Parts: sequence; C-alpha cells; structure tokens
Amino acid sequence: MIYEFFYNLVGNEIIAGFIAASLPLLLFILPFALIAVLLERKVAGHMQDRLGPMRVGYHGILQTVADIIKLLQKEDIIARENDKMLFNIAPVLVFTGSYAAFAAIPFTSAYIGANIDLGIFYIIAVTGLVVAGILMAGWASNNKYSLLGAMRSAAQIVSYEIPTILVVLTLVMFTGTTNLMTLSENQTAYFWNWNIFGGPELSPAKFLLIPSMVIGFFVIYISTLAEVNRTPFDIPEAESELVSGYHTEYSGMKFAMFFLAEYANMFAVSAIVAALFFGGYHSPFGYLGNSLGVEWLIPVEQFFCFTFKGVFFVFVQMWLRWTLPRLRVDQLMTASWKYLIPIAFVNLLIVGIITLI
Amino acid sequence: MKEYFNNIYTALYTIFVGMKITFRHLFIPAVTIQYPDVKLKLPERERNRLYVNMDDCIGCDQCSRACPVSCIEIETVKSIPGEDLGKTSNGKKKVLWVTKFNIDFAKCCYCQLCVFPCPTECIYMTDVYEFSEYERENLIYDFVTLTPEEREQKKLNYEKFMAEKAAADAAAKQAPKEEPKKES
Repeated sequence: MIYEFFYNLVGNEIIAGFIAASLPLLLFILPFALIAVLLERKVAGHMQDRLGPMRVGYHGILQTVADIIKLLQKEDIIARENDKMLFNIAPVLVFTGSYAAFAAIPFTSAYIGANIDLGIFYIIAVTGLVVAGILMAGWASNNKYSLLGAMRSAAQIVSYEIPTILVVLTLVMFTGTTNLMTLSENQTAYFWNWNIFGGPELSPAKFLLIPSMVIGFFVIYISTLAEVNRTPFDIPEAESELVSGYHTEYSGMKFAMFFLAEYANMFAVSAIVAALFFGGYHSPFGYLGNSLGVEWLIPVEQFFCFTFKGVFFVFVQMWLRWTLPRLRVDQLMTASWKYLIPIAFVNLLIVGIITLI
Repeated sequence: MKEYFNNIYTALYTIFVGMKITFRHLFIPAVTIQYPDVKLKLPERERNRLYVNMDDCIGCDQCSRACPVSCIEIETVKSIPGEDLGKTSNGKKKVLWVTKFNIDFAKCCYCQLCVFPCPTECIYMTDVYEFSEYERENLIYDFVTLTPEEREQKKLNYEKFMAEKAAADAAAKQAPKEEPKKES
C-alpha cells in the first residue's frame, strides 16, 4: 500500500522499498522509544513516590534525548577476548528481529508495511531472530554472566512462544485469517465487535466466547511479556544476579540498539495483542471523520487509536514491572509449562467447540 | 486439581492486589526534595560552618584553646595608647588588634566547643553546609577584617611603640644610675 504510493512517487522499485521500509523506524519506533524510556522512568519514579528525571527540560522531558546523544558519543568497546564478528552482528540481528515485525503490523487502514496474508505467522517467525541474536550476544561476549543470561533468555523465549502461538492459533481458528489487516478490519465499528467481546457476529456463541477470549488475552499477555524479557520475567537481564545479562559487554551505539530493540519489541507485542483482541486500529466509538464526512481524518484517528492501545499495553507492562518481583527460573518454567500451556490448549478446544456449534 | 485452580486464582488475585497498590502510589505526591533548588529547613541547633563576627571579637584566644583539634589559629597585637578600637556589642572594651584568625574547616569537627567560652558570643555556627573545595588550602578561612598592610602596620606600630618605650625606659634607668655615681 505505502509501497505502491512511493513507487508511483519515485518510479524505482528499490528506492521505494527502502523508503517504505525505513518509514516506521524513523516516524514511529525511534520517537516511541524516546517517549517510552522517559515514560518508563517517570512511571517507575511515581510508583515509588519519587519524581523520576526532573532536570533536563521541563520535568525531564529531554532526558532521553540527552541520553541518546551521550550514547552516540560513547566509545565502542570491544574486549580482546570477544568473538568480534558475532559480537558485532548480534545487536543488528536483535534489532532486525524486532523491527521486521513492524512490517506486518497495520498502523491504520491506509498504512501497513506489507499486507501479507500470513501476517501474524510472519511476525511470530521473524521475532525468532531475536533469540538467535541474544544467544549470539551472550556467546560472543565471552562473559559467564552474559552467557548465562543468553541461555536463560533462549530457554524462556522458546518455552513462552508455545502459549503465545496457541492463543494466536485460537484466534486464527476463530476468525479464519492470519492477515492482521483483515483481522483488524473484521472488528470494525464499535468496541462490542472486538474479539475480546466475542467478535463481530451477534449470536449466542458471541457471549459464550467472552470468558474464553478473556482467558486467551491473559495468557497471551503474560507470555508475550515473557517473550520481550520484561519483569517479572526478566531473568535474562536480572541485574541483581547477572549484571545486566546478555548486553553487559556492550557499550555506546550497540547497547543503544539492544535498548531500542527492547522498546520496539514491547510495542510490537502490545500492538499484536491490540490487533488480535482489541480491534487493532479501530476506534471503539466510531469515527469523527465518518460523521463529518472527512475522508482523510479516518486514518489519522485510526493511527491515534492504535498508538493509544499500544502505549496503554506498554504502560501496563511498566506497571507490572514495578509491581511484581522477578520469578525464579523454575517458577518461570512452571508458569509456562504447567499453567499457561494447558490453559491455552483447553481454551483452544473450547473455542473450537463453540465456533463449531 | 483443586490446588491447581487455587494457585491460578491466588496468582491472579495477588497480582491485581499489587497492581492496585502501585496504581494508587502513582498519584501519591512524591516525597522527593529537589535538593539544590529546594532545601529542607535545618534543625534549630544545627552545627555547620563557623562564622566569626570580627566586630565583636576581643582576641581573647579562648575559642582556640577550647578547640579539641586545634583548627583555630589566633594572633593578636596589643594596641598602642591613643588607638580607639571601639567596644563590642555587649560593652566590652577591645584592646587587641586581631592580626590572624584562621579556622581550618578541613580539621574542624563541628563540635561547637569553641562557641561556649566566647565572652562576646562572636563565634557561632551558621546554617551553611555547602562549602566543598577542590584544594584543601581553600578550606582555611581568614576572618580578619584588616587588610594585610594594616596588619603589618599594627605590628610595626606596636614594635615601634615598644622600642620607644624600651628606649625611654633605658634612658630613665640610665639617668638614675648615673646620678648616684655623681653623688658618690
């Protein structure tokens, strides 16, 4: 969609592709990361009755800009014992993994990077790159804590991908599509058409589905939280045990890339949860553009709604971070294998039976 | 089986309880004090940097002697007749020029023992506590209000006076000594 627009504008496939690919990064992820880091620190501060950053700009608004400038100026340290090639590739791979997911996320009805039919499948597949990158970073650092963090991260992401995929499968079965654009389009108009309220069709099954959908939402939210290595599932970083896990040895811009990837990932999973259960880019109360008859206002509203939903779930992630203590490794595995996966399976069965009826 | 569902219920329930608490704290006003901009009021009898009001100092050296770490150095010069040094605020007559009154705050232990013996209450604790320095020498505070030239002047004046007095004394001594010789 956006690619065709740039293709008509530039007339060159490669240039149009580059522009379309770098648009979400420059317009969305970087500003989002800047705001999210500040939001995280502010939320953390206020939840602990502190103030958070206060000194750069009004109430510390420019703090993250200052941090980024500092990171840009920093020396890029590569220790002698590091495996240099892997060490250099790892942050790029991690960032690519989380950034590529944005290609299939529909921001508005007018903007989606690639409107592919296997959207959600592609996202789950491509975020698998993050595991490889993290393992690479941990191994190449030649540091026992980094390696431990990377191993834990790999174990965690692999085991938490299963409940995520099971819930995604539930929804795919229910809606009959893996295209995120169609998935969002189905939940149009008002909030009672969202999948969490049983989808757009008004039938007895809709009301039977609501508890299953709520359970599905909880399961996917918890497991995606674990997939992006956020507290209470942050044992790969576990600063009190492992310094800071797999990115201990990184400095400067490479560290910034890990950081950016983490925040991009946070938004990506929140966006997926929003697209699957909460109507994607759709506004809960209809559109102002429709009632006023202004065509171009609708995508703007949609973008606003989508960002709001995404940022809300990111906020909930931060909220959880400052509420819950870190899980132990065995507790982490118990939560995934003994609780989330059976629940997701049973949920899948129930939704299947209900949709059959 | 019952335990299994109980575990799930407890986990979700306790998470929501915790989230409720943290959400409430989000709106509780922060307890942070923005230190350099906002300062807490210090207690009434706080002990910080000393200050010497040289208008009241009579150079009695009692504070220096009371100091357990000898961080106060005082040198005084007697005034010569005819010089009026004025009076302290509680009516004591000043008779000494204070030519040196150094307090080394690197040594000072803020015990306040120098404050009590002062007869004119001219040395006291202030509420200034931010006076860190890069060089230790900068922590030696000079409280004397006289300029260095004036201090030299006072010393010279006194020496001159003493010399004159000694000369006068010697002259006075010699005169009576010679007289008895003449008598004898």
